Amino acid sequence: MKRTLLSTLLATAFGLGAAGAQAQISDGVIKIGVMNDMSGLYADIAGPGSVVAARMAVEDFGAAAKGMKVEIVSADHQNKPDVGSTVARTWYDVDKVDVIVDVPTSSVALAVNQITRDKGKAFLNSGAATSDLTGKACSPNTVHWTYDTWMLANGTGSAIVKTGGDSWFFLTADYAFGHALERDTEAVVLKNGGKVLGKVRHPFPGTDFSSFLLQAQASKAKIIGLANAGGDTINSIKQAAEFGITKSGQQNLAGLLVFMTDVHALGLATAQGLIFTESFYWDLNDQTRAWSKRFASANGGKYPSMVQAGVYSSILHYLKAIDAAKTDDGTKVVAQMKQMPTDDPLFGKGTIRADGRKIHPAYLVEVKKPAESKGPYDYYKIRATIPADQAFRPLAEGGCPLVK
Amino acid sequence: MSEIFGVPTQALFGQLLIGLINGSFYALLSLGLAVIFGLLNIINFSHGAQYMMGAFVAYLLLNKLGIGYWWALLVTPLVVGASGVVIERLMLSKLYKLDHLYGLLLTFGLALIIQGLFRNEYGSSGQPYAIPSQLTGGQNLGFMFLPNYRAWIIVASMVICFSTWYVIERTKLGAYLRAATENPQLVQAFGVNVPRMITLTYGFGVALAALAGVMAAPIYQVSPQMGADMIIVVFAVVVIGGMGSILGSIVTGFSLGLIEGLTKVFYPEASNTVIFIIMAIVLLIRPAGLFGTQK
Repeated sequence: MKRTLLSTLLATAFGLGAAGAQAQISDGVIKIGVMNDMSGLYADIAGPGSVVAARMAVEDFGAAAKGMKVEIVSADHQNKPDVGSTVARTWYDVDKVDVIVDVPTSSVALAVNQITRDKGKAFLNSGAATSDLTGKACSPNTVHWTYDTWMLANGTGSAIVKTGGDSWFFLTADYAFGHALERDTEAVVLKNGGKVLGKVRHPFPGTDFSSFLLQAQASKAKIIGLANAGGDTINSIKQAAEFGITKSGQQNLAGLLVFMTDVHALGLATAQGLIFTESFYWDLNDQTRAWSKRFASANGGKYPSMVQAGVYSSILHYLKAIDAAKTDDGTKVVAQMKQMPTDDPLFGKGTIRADGRKIHPAYLVEVKKPAESKGPYDYYKIRATIPADQAFRPLAEGGCPLVK
Repeated sequence: MSEIFGVPTQALFGQLLIGLINGSFYALLSLGLAVIFGLLNIINFSHGAQYMMGAFVAYLLLNKLGIGYWWALLVTPLVVGASGVVIERLMLSKLYKLDHLYGLLLTFGLALIIQGLFRNEYGSSGQPYAIPSQLTGGQNLGFMFLPNYRAWIIVASMVICFSTWYVIERTKLGAYLRAATENPQLVQAFGVNVPRMITLTYGFGVALAALAGVMAAPIYQVSPQMGADMIIVVFAVVVIGGMGSILGSIVTGFSLGLIEGLTKVFYPEASNTVIFIIMAIVLLIRPAGLFGTQK
């Protein structure tokens, strides 16, 4: 079943007379490895679209003009930590990859996080959710870019509790990500005066959620919190509608991690009214719109998810840091990335904290009704913008050993 | 209210019913596999992909041609079954003289190719397919809310399973089929066109998978890997029931659905593994499966 597909793309041609800048670049090439789920339930969230985003970042940075040679390789980790670890080791040891990007699926991300640290390379995570990457598992070689479970819990959880959803039942994907999301959301619910009536852990990935939904229904909790993602969330929402759980008006779903690609797959008729938190939406401003249209034309018409946007933005900043530090040594580049403020068309101006957490605003969004949507991918109303300094877990609370 | 191991009996009824619904899909899918293995000796690994194709053909019929669910129930198995006939004629028929393994590898490869093509075209999150308007809503049974569509699935799959069993085990056509697998030369000598019969049998098995796919489309997202998620469990069902045993696959399909449903109540974390634990135990005690006969 091993079908690691390795597509090598020569992103830029070798620049002439690049000797100066090249001096500290190992073997003269900066090799970026995009590792994610290329074929399973998270393939639309990240998948081949993340490779498109990576290629755009290299182009927009103008690597060729600066005399830097950048290559992009990609692989499918199949959401399995063992497969991801094998790919990471092969990339670092044999293929001379300098940085691994994306890596959705928290269990795989935690494994790659450790390997990257051992090898002294760099890891720019966009796809995974667990806040442990900048908490107890934080590393001087890792930057966690797009979002995390604390951000989701804080944005969605507190908004729902404050509007009356004060009793919860969790439907949780049974692996590192689900557990982290459930833990962080539970903390927010309790802190805001709500209570948790029960939880059920479903196998990952699942297909039939009706059994778990009935258990949630029996709990009489006002809010059923979906601590899962991708295809699991889509099927949970669909089947909750089928079993009349949402129609009764007694109970509501809270999608704790919903991506725009999920809304697209569900259709607005089923997804309308869902409230959740994202850190990127294509229709935020002129810059995000322009970039997203370019992305879509290179990605078969599909608009970017926040994960794909994060891949673009993190690679751009990584290349800027290499340009400034004149080295591709993983530990040094990540240190440089933390020193320089970030600035890109998708996430605006931001910073990277000592624990590796990238800081930017988050958005509480609500899915539009079919009648409100004016065109393809016109899906969200922005209900609130959570400012950058409140969107993520305070530095001191994460328990990251790098923070003194 | 009375309780069993801390779970209210009423909630338990609901869970058993859900288990029965999932069991319906296991039974339908393992039935097709059992027919194909029993009569052709081919381990059809592309069964999951053909189930997925069934769902996608129904989706395309609705969105491109405006053909709704009820016609799709009829048209889809014919279309996908025909594709099965083509595969059998062009490829599988060349492999009958070789080891089982070759058929397995071929169909596995086909499954990967088919899934890859659909993923490339439609992405992995899948496409929505609405429940037909006649079957929306549901009944409040007191202990649970039973969507009409799920009730329809239980009834339909039981009818399909029983008819297939009846045709193969109790009619003259079925007798020819079974005879042809025992001794093709002899049956051919009686003037029966054995190769054609085998081709049609494969087409029928594939059509069953496609039918299950159409029935699954409104419940699950129509997505390229919907079959891959299901097929491993279904193979376990076939192995537990006894490779090639029609009755075995039906009974095991429904009962494993029930067991899985109960696991989801008492120890949800194990609901993915429970079927494989049972498989391991059955293989230790009865290597030919519960309903299989040692050859």
